[in-house]
Amino acid sequence: MTLKTTHLTKKYKRKAALDDVSLEFQPDTIYALLGNNGAGKSTLLNIISNRIFASTGSVTLDGEKAQDDSTVLRHMYLMSEDNMFPGSMKVKEIFTLSDAVYGDFDWELADKLVADFELPVDSQFKKLSTGYRTIAKLVAAMCVPVDYVFLDEPVLGLDANHRDLFYTRLMETFVERPRTIVISTHLIEEIATLVENVVIIDHGRIITVNDADTLAHAGHAASGETTAVNAFVTTSGLDVLATKTITGHTTAYVQGTIPDAAGIPAGISIEPLGLQDYFIHLTQRQTTQHHSNALLATSLKENAR
Amino acid sequence: MNFSDTDPRPLFQQVADQIEDLILTAAVKENEQVPSTTEISATYKINPATVLKGMNLLVSKGYLEKRRGIGMFVTLGAQQKLTSERRGSLLHDQVTTLVDEARNLGITQTQLIDMIKGSFQ
Repeated sequence: MTLKTTHLTKKYKRKAALDDVSLEFQPDTIYALLGNNGAGKSTLLNIISNRIFASTGSVTLDGEKAQDDSTVLRHMYLMSEDNMFPGSMKVKEIFTLSDAVYGDFDWELADKLVADFELPVDSQFKKLSTGYRTIAKLVAAMCVPVDYVFLDEPVLGLDANHRDLFYTRLMETFVERPRTIVISTHLIEEIATLVENVVIIDHGRIITVNDADTLAHAGHAASGETTAVNAFVTTSGLDVLATKTITGHTTAYVQGTIPDAAGIPAGISIEPLGLQDYFIHLTQRQTTQHHSNALLATSLKENAR
Repeated sequence: MNFSDTDPRPLFQQVADQIEDLILTAAVKENEQVPSTTEISATYKINPATVLKGMNLLVSKGYLEKRRGIGMFVTLGAQQKLTSERRGSLLHDQVTTLVDEARNLGITQTQLIDMIKGSFQ
């Protein structure tokens, strides 16, 4: 089962929240969907799950159009900040409702998670704290028998112990019943080793799709004496994302192929950035470019007048 | 075991290296079963596909064998084979690094050899 988005675009007035997004989500794979606030993550997930409509483009599951087709949409579940049930509902009623809508609710897993997180199932949803609301929604998302689970900010309000517990349970349930899980989060470091593939979205556009291991090692920090670092990055043909300099010492954040040990001059240290820092430097540069493009467009327009 | 996405080695390599360590130190003996993909995955929060990639690397190197429906087992002679491989590659890399570092610091060959001799005592 493969989920595809084809040329998805979503425009609000003149501004494009999503710009020509074509993606493929493979079966039984965990993805991270990364992007800064306003990058278009939630818009994308909401369109895939038929909660909002795209201006143009389509979503298909094995070639079947998903929009407004309940037989296709039954294969997907979106957990997001929006609550899809009345706040006066008790937590256990939310689970019963999920069972009624999706069928085959995994009650055994639900009971286990409820006990693990000490979730008060007889409380009304609206009376729960932010953290427990998130947990209640997570339990529902993990227990419905769908092939595609989209988790938009799955650890919102969770303390460090609960986040850790969630990641462990997520791995266990994934091995037990593989499915595609797409995690959209700002806590990149915490999910870096959990996910197999990563999608990076910026200003409504997909800028990178790759496996997590590759991206964690796609960026490096090269540091040492300023002139030596500058010479090294130039001769190695590395793409410099950013630099930091303090009194003669420079750290260059680069992407590209790092020469093997013999090609690295003495006094220069090279370290991989990891997924989070690579994401930060990549999207920061993207933002700078985006702004200068916008400035250029405005000044061209003014010149034309 | 400990895994990090900022380690210079890819994650699957870290998995392979650390299972090799289990074999080298006889924490898991020959003909015994290594921890399962699920176990490593859930305990250390590593994607199961990554763990499997690391395991398969060891299968292709002949240190592990898959027994259908049961799991991965350490092959006969794996420990000895690993010991000689590590002697060859890992130690060689470390010696090269050490000599480079010594050169940078202006330490002569005789001085370095004396330091090594000292560490043995």
